[in-house]
Amino acid sequence: MTDPSVNPDTSTPRRAIDVVNASLKRRYAKERRFRLLGATAVGLGLVFVLLLFADIVGKGYTAFQQTYYRLPVTLSADLVDPEGTRDPRTLARADYMTPIRQSLRQLFPEVKDRRERRQLNSIVSVGAPQLIAEAVIANPDLIGTTSDFWILADDDIDMLVKGYIDRNAPESDRRVDDRVIGWIDRLEDEGRVAKRFNTIFFTHGTSREPELAGIAGALMGSFYTLVLALALSFPIGVGAAIYLEEFAPRNRWTDLIEVNINNLAAVPSIVFGLLGLAVFIGFFGVPRSTPLVAALVLTLMTLPTIIISSRAALKSVPPSIREAALGVGASPLQTQFHHVLPLAMPGMLTGTILGMAQALGETAPLLMIGMIAFIVDVPGGFTDPATVLPVQIFLWADSPERGFVERTSAAIMVLLAFLFLMNLAAVLLRRRFERRW
Amino acid sequence: MKKTLIAAAVTLAAASVSTQAMARDSIYIVGSSTVFPFSTAVAETFGRTTSFATPKVESTGSGGGFKLFCAGVGVDHPDITNASRRMKGSEFDKCQEAGVKEITEVKVGFDGISVANSKTAGRYDLTLRELFLALAKDIPDGKGGFMPNPNQTWHDVNPDFPENKIEVLGPPPTSGTRDAFAELAMEGGCKTFPQIKALKKEDKSKYKAVCHGIREDGAYIEAGENDNLIVQKLASNPSALGIFGFSFLDQNTDKVQGSKIEGIEPTYDTISDGSYPISRSLYFYVKNAHVGTIPGIEEYVAEFTSEKAWGPEGYLADKGLIALPDAERASIAKTAQSLTPMSKPE
Repeated sequence: MTDPSVNPDTSTPRRAIDVVNASLKRRYAKERRFRLLGATAVGLGLVFVLLLFADIVGKGYTAFQQTYYRLPVTLSADLVDPEGTRDPRTLARADYMTPIRQSLRQLFPEVKDRRERRQLNSIVSVGAPQLIAEAVIANPDLIGTTSDFWILADDDIDMLVKGYIDRNAPESDRRVDDRVIGWIDRLEDEGRVAKRFNTIFFTHGTSREPELAGIAGALMGSFYTLVLALALSFPIGVGAAIYLEEFAPRNRWTDLIEVNINNLAAVPSIVFGLLGLAVFIGFFGVPRSTPLVAALVLTLMTLPTIIISSRAALKSVPPSIREAALGVGASPLQTQFHHVLPLAMPGMLTGTILGMAQALGETAPLLMIGMIAFIVDVPGGFTDPATVLPVQIFLWADSPERGFVERTSAAIMVLLAFLFLMNLAAVLLRRRFERRW
Repeated sequence: MKKTLIAAAVTLAAASVSTQAMARDSIYIVGSSTVFPFSTAVAETFGRTTSFATPKVESTGSGGGFKLFCAGVGVDHPDITNASRRMKGSEFDKCQEAGVKEITEVKVGFDGISVANSKTAGRYDLTLRELFLALAKDIPDGKGGFMPNPNQTWHDVNPDFPENKIEVLGPPPTSGTRDAFAELAMEGGCKTFPQIKALKKEDKSKYKAVCHGIREDGAYIEAGENDNLIVQKLASNPSALGIFGFSFLDQNTDKVQGSKIEGIEPTYDTISDGSYPISRSLYFYVKNAHVGTIPGIEEYVAEFTSEKAWGPEGYLADKGLIALPDAERASIAKTAQSLTPMSKPE
């Protein structure tokens, strides 16, 4: 305290209020500056986040729609089901491309040249027959009739219809030439071209054809990985935290362990991938590119986060709770599990969810354990080959086809949505169960 | 509740590990990221048109692929590895030591590397020597020694060129495209100097350092492994050039144009007939010991080497693979489909 009144040695005694007044303006200005700086920092951050979101959404929203042609397709019985057994296996294998091509040929009778015909056939996706097969299996009565089907368009046509191909560019510089544009325009005039909701994107695994590529495989891979990682890391992490915080003696060993846990939280994630490759795959022979090995690696990666947040949650439970429990005769174990743990649980869950969100977005360690793979089939278990969402985004971003640009952004949107949901859950949990002492 | 969950997870994991070790019904492919787009296209068609499961294709890079492939015989090891270069003698020996005796080598086609710029600017006509002079770390100083590359603009490289700053976006050293570019383009230009050619005999490592060294003073910009990104950056920066695979040029002909190299434009035909100088061959290798144990390997090889896949009109051509000449294709298809084992490469 520099109160001049208690300091009789000062030659010119000044009142405290003068000193305060003299510097008041400067101090207010300082505070205003600091607030302004803070607001600018937050504002800048928001601007960049908005820019990022606008860019991703701007590029990706078109991927949720897909171009289809409405074509009358005649499914003659001798092509689709020659024996008339209606056996789903025969129906799945039947040739549906020929009826589609016949339909196109009827719509464009003037296309006679073999080369031109091939070009006409190529406006339909190679995956279109599969969609008809699914419809026929669901409703075998379609056999022998002519009905309008929505036929999936090729990715180049899809890009054209969505306006990603510049029609004014010289013909040689376009992936779609004038003749094909003419056909598409004619189909559009007849009302046969439509953009429909892209269900394939959510129900199929990946593909080399953009129009057939979906994120279901990656989503299921992420799901299995996270479920297993949660099942492993939560009990281990919470157990370790309880032991270290409540039971372990304080000595050099526990100090060393604590330092190491904090250290591990800062280790680059790729290191965990290398460890996983050497230990889980190399030594224990866990199969590569499976959710199982991914979950083991991600467990190692998230454990420090969970342990640290769980310990913080345990620390925030006041000692009076423990003392009261012990005082009425509870054993230390009962004290922990009946009283302390329930009170610390919201904090632990928040930490765990944040750790899981981090694991969901992680790519680097998974590169080492064979997750950068092309896997068409949607995984059905923990040991099926699988890939995860961020790796799928990485693979699509690296594909030359134009159609993958929008799909990459769309996959990022899905990943962001899941991250947002998880973080929201963490915030809500904290709000709902948090106790202030 | 939690206990049962853990117990369930553990038993499930244990049970599924043991079943996995017994059999595998899908082909397992590893290897080069350059062959990855073609291999996956074949894998997908193969899965769709046959009764076999769709193969699993992992992108590990050529070297990583050989390492996994040569680790041994058995269901845990891959059946096929893709490569953007031939197998080395040392890698072949490793394979032999691990019991991988019979290997079928299949050359599948060519991959061109294009040096492209934005359509809004003029097309460059470069020689390999000019590329070397523009991008090398050290160039001959004319007195028998070497000096750090002084060239700042294309005009410095060749007086006929405009005063544009040298600004080339390309892949980082970890990329196979970069290796191939250094080997084919830089070394090709480097050899045109008699002084360096003489160096090859005297000091091989110095020769390699000079020929493969790419400048680090900002004229060559490492733009990451993502070729799409390079294309986007070129479109917004007309004065820059970019180095990337031909398939990306093929998909983006409305935005970028490939520079002529030694007077030859990168097109499907010039790469296929070998006249475009910056191109390399792509391969895959089959582990013969797995044929018969893992279902579908022969059929996969047949699919890859069928005209509808790797032919000039096939679906791989759409993906950017450049087909081999007709005669070579026919003879390779024969050795591939009969799974004739290769001898040790030099």
